[in-house]
Amino acid sequence: MAERVLMKGNEAIAEAAIRAGCRHYFGYPITPQTEIAAYMAKKMPKIGGVFLQAESEIASINMVYGAAAAGMRVMTSSSSPGISLKAEGLSYIAGSDVPALVVNVQRGGPGLGGIQPSQSDYFQATKGGGHGDYRMIVLAPASVQEMASLTIKGFNLADKYLMTSMILADGTIGQMMEPITFEDAEIETYEKPWALTGTNCERPHNIVNSLYLKPDELEVKNMERYERYKLVEQNEPMWEEYMMEDAELCVVAFGIASRVAKNAVVAARNEGIKVGLIRPITLWPFPKDALLAAADKVKGFISVELNMGQMIEDVRLYTQCKKPVGLCSRCGGMIPSPEEVLESIRKAQKGEF
Amino acid sequence: MKTTQILIAGFGGQGILFAGKFLAYKGLMEELQVSWLPSYGPEMRGGTANCNVILSDTPVGSPIITAPDVLIAMNLPSLQKYVDTVVPGGQIYVDSSLIDAKVERTDVQVFYIPATQMAKDNGIATLANMIIAGHLLQNHPELSFTGTDAVVSKLVPPKKAALVELNMKALQLGKDYTA
Repeated sequence: MAERVLMKGNEAIAEAAIRAGCRHYFGYPITPQTEIAAYMAKKMPKIGGVFLQAESEIASINMVYGAAAAGMRVMTSSSSPGISLKAEGLSYIAGSDVPALVVNVQRGGPGLGGIQPSQSDYFQATKGGGHGDYRMIVLAPASVQEMASLTIKGFNLADKYLMTSMILADGTIGQMMEPITFEDAEIETYEKPWALTGTNCERPHNIVNSLYLKPDELEVKNMERYERYKLVEQNEPMWEEYMMEDAELCVVAFGIASRVAKNAVVAARNEGIKVGLIRPITLWPFPKDALLAAADKVKGFISVELNMGQMIEDVRLYTQCKKPVGLCSRCGGMIPSPEEVLESIRKAQKGEF
Repeated sequence: MKTTQILIAGFGGQGILFAGKFLAYKGLMEELQVSWLPSYGPEMRGGTANCNVILSDTPVGSPIITAPDVLIAMNLPSLQKYVDTVVPGGQIYVDSSLIDAKVERTDVQVFYIPATQMAKDNGIATLANMIIAGHLLQNHPELSFTGTDAVVSKLVPPKKAALVELNMKALQLGKDYTA
């Protein structure tokens, strides 16, 4: 068995990225994700990779765009306000159908907000952020081990579907240390015949571009892209179910909120309340089948989030409003305690959502 | 199922996070499930710092501690802030060189250790944190004192190898301390 080592979540992302074959990192420092850049700065020069601290977030995402167009496994990382700055680049990358990995270790917002953990970029990550019709694969790690495994998965999926994978983490998972092993890293490699690698005068040149002035051409491009998105929705939803077999109530939570919620579920079970947890691991594609199936079994849902209630809209949408959905949340960098979640479970048990 | 939640709190610069790392690594070595969560941001630069360490024989749920089994208080504001959060039957370690106050609760075990003074007297002025950690190991058979040198060696960067011995000295002082 591979050795268990203690690592910060942010460092686990960086190490996993390197193991996944990423040799190009472009970033700009911001709390609470700076350890990713620091790790890359230390490691990349030693393994023939590129670490570059750009002059801004906007520059760094466009460097990602360039390296991705050249067929490289490439990433950037930032935290909430920095991701807003990168939004233009995210849209261009989507419009050009090139793969990239973007990490958002979220902090409280809006605006400059604060530096404490948050999940208030759920809308931004799952519903757009940049302009235009596009999607990103959004992966939500709930442990340091998942920071690593989902980073590798993110690179694989990005290459497979020619789109951006976003790791949507938060300050807690980024800063905390847990034991981690790297033994089960499955690295997939994909041919990239579209990449700008130089023609050697042997083939017609490739073009990577997001500008289509003829509306009929642009429409076709978008429709083709959505065919790929359809495949992602069919093939790639990931979630974890915890104590759902006989559950009469279902807590829905991702990332750090799911860890807190798990404690509350255990405590509620000890009080005899039949409650379970569904933890979406992919926020897009959302695990809608799991939620819809649960809606036929349970009498209601509680969405636990570190924001004013964002994922709750998807929970309602994908359970087709069959059952009531309550919200238990804190925001601005605050985290609900297991007791707060337990209290909302107790209320739900009495029919109060 | 046994879970120990340890909250270490004090000023930035007192080695709060390092002591936490030490305990987390010790737990890892004992094949426990562990999590280590620091406070981060401006408080690290001289304000109050704290660190949540959870050691468990089952997977750790929330890494955030709201009711610690063990509190290590390295300054008065930290003791005042967290004293009432400790679970009944829990332990509180107080650096009594820096904290004059006594714990008024009677449902917890309190260890007063003049760690900062002991560190000064022994020429290891910055290692009060590890003196308290050494004393804590004494009271926690699930962690034990054996193998601590390997843990310390892992935590101290190779360039500062001389610090291994000093950290071991601090742990030993804490282990041997009797009120």
